[in-house]
This record gives sequence, C-alpha cells and structure tokens, in this order.
Amino acid sequence: MISLHLASIGQTKAHQYVVRFLVGGLCTVVAGVIGKHWGPLVGGLFLAFPAIFPAGASLIESHEKENKKKIGQDGRTRGRLAASIDSAGAALGSIALIVFAITSWLLLSIRSAASAILIATLAWVVTAVLLWQLRRHRIFRGI
Amino acid sequence: MGEVIFRFLIGGTVVSVFAVLGDVLRPKSFAGLFGAAPSIALATLGLMVYQHGNQYAALESRSMVLGACAFLIYVSTTSYSLRRFSAPTLVTTLALLPIWFAVVVGLYKLST
Repeated sequence: MISLHLASIGQTKAHQYVVRFLVGGLCTVVAGVIGKHWGPLVGGLFLAFPAIFPAGASLIESHEKENKKKIGQDGRTRGRLAASIDSAGAALGSIALIVFAITSWLLLSIRSAASAILIATLAWVVTAVLLWQLRRHRIFRGI
Repeated sequence: MGEVIFRFLIGGTVVSVFAVLGDVLRPKSFAGLFGAAPSIALATLGLMVYQHGNQYAALESRSMVLGACAFLIYVSTTSYSLRRFSAPTLVTTLALLPIWFAVVVGLYKLST
C-alpha cells in the first residue's frame, strides 16, 4: 500500500536539503551550458543525468542506520539494503524516464510545448506506477 | 547572468520537490521511482522552448532517450552492487557514475 511518511521530512537535516537544492540547480545550469556549447543533441543527454540520485540513496541509508541505532543495532547492512531497494525503484523510474523522453520528443513537434510536457510527465507517472505494480505483484512480492 | 541564476533556482526547486516526494512516500521501492523523475528535464525543457522553440526542445528530448537508457544501466548496476558489496552507499553511487558517462558516450556514438 502506498502511503505518506511525513516524519521523514524531520529526519532530513537542513544541510541535506541545501545540498540537494544546490546539486539540482548546478546540474540544470550545467545541462544548459553544455546544450549552448555543443548543441541540443549533446545537451539533451544531460537531461537524464542522475544528478540527485547519489545524495538521495545515501540519505535513505543514513535514515535507516539512525533508526537502527535508536534500538541499539548496527544498521549498516540494513541501510545498504534500503538504498538497494530504492535503486531498484529508480531502475523502474528510469524506464518511465525513457517513456517521458520519447513522448516529449514526438509531441513537441506537433503540439504546444505546455501540453507536450504535461502529457510526457503524465506518461512518466503512469508508466512508473504500472511498472512498480507489476514488479510488486509478480516478481518481488513482499518487499 | 540573470538566466543562469533563474535556471539554477528552477532546477534546484524542481529537483528538491521530487526529492522530498521520494523521502515521504512508502514503500521504499515506490519512493525509489522518484530517484529517476524527469526533474532536470522539466526544469530545462520549458526554458529551451522559450529560447529556441519546440524543434530544439524536441531534439534535446530525443537525446534524452539515450541519457535515460544510461540511467537505467547505472541504477541497475548500483542496486546490484549495494546488495552484493559492503561499500557505503555514497561511495558506491559515486564510484559507479562513470558507467552513466560511458554508456551515454557509447550510445551517442552509435546514434550519430
């Protein structure tokens, strides 16, 4: 069952939010600079750069370690496993990212930019959720 | 300079929003989907359309398909490595980042 775990917001330290904001902003600027210098074909590659992924996965590991520490256990293995599960989710998300890119590529030529980007975003959401449901029910039931 | 600052703020905000979504959603495998959200693309494509038009943004999206394929290989390798080896997550994710670059360069060479 999908749920919101709002307590996680409090677990994330202020500097971790700042780091993600800075990395996200920096990667967007770099993607733009690369596009300007080498053109859209090279610049476009960086629209799918795993900018925030290392920081996000590392954060999940540290949250898991902290939770285990509270009950006096060593959470290193558990932390890595949680990050691994998060990465497996990101693998499904990246298939949806391919769908996003194909959709926006095809629609930007024939529709308004706003509708093309909106439809591509919806395609990402639908594909990601469908793939997650498929994996949950057929392959990794119980995770 | 103004454009760079604007791009930075938009990028930081969009990436942060998706990151927070990934933080608060459960189970973890579902939250993981947001690790591959089109955050940089959403922050960039609108600006590209505004500055260069739809065709330019469409070309960027076409190349993004290759970047996303490289992303898939990178995160799949990361997931396997985190299960298989004992290095900390940050070390693993950063050490494997060259895989993204290698795959993206290879796919780009094949496609041009």
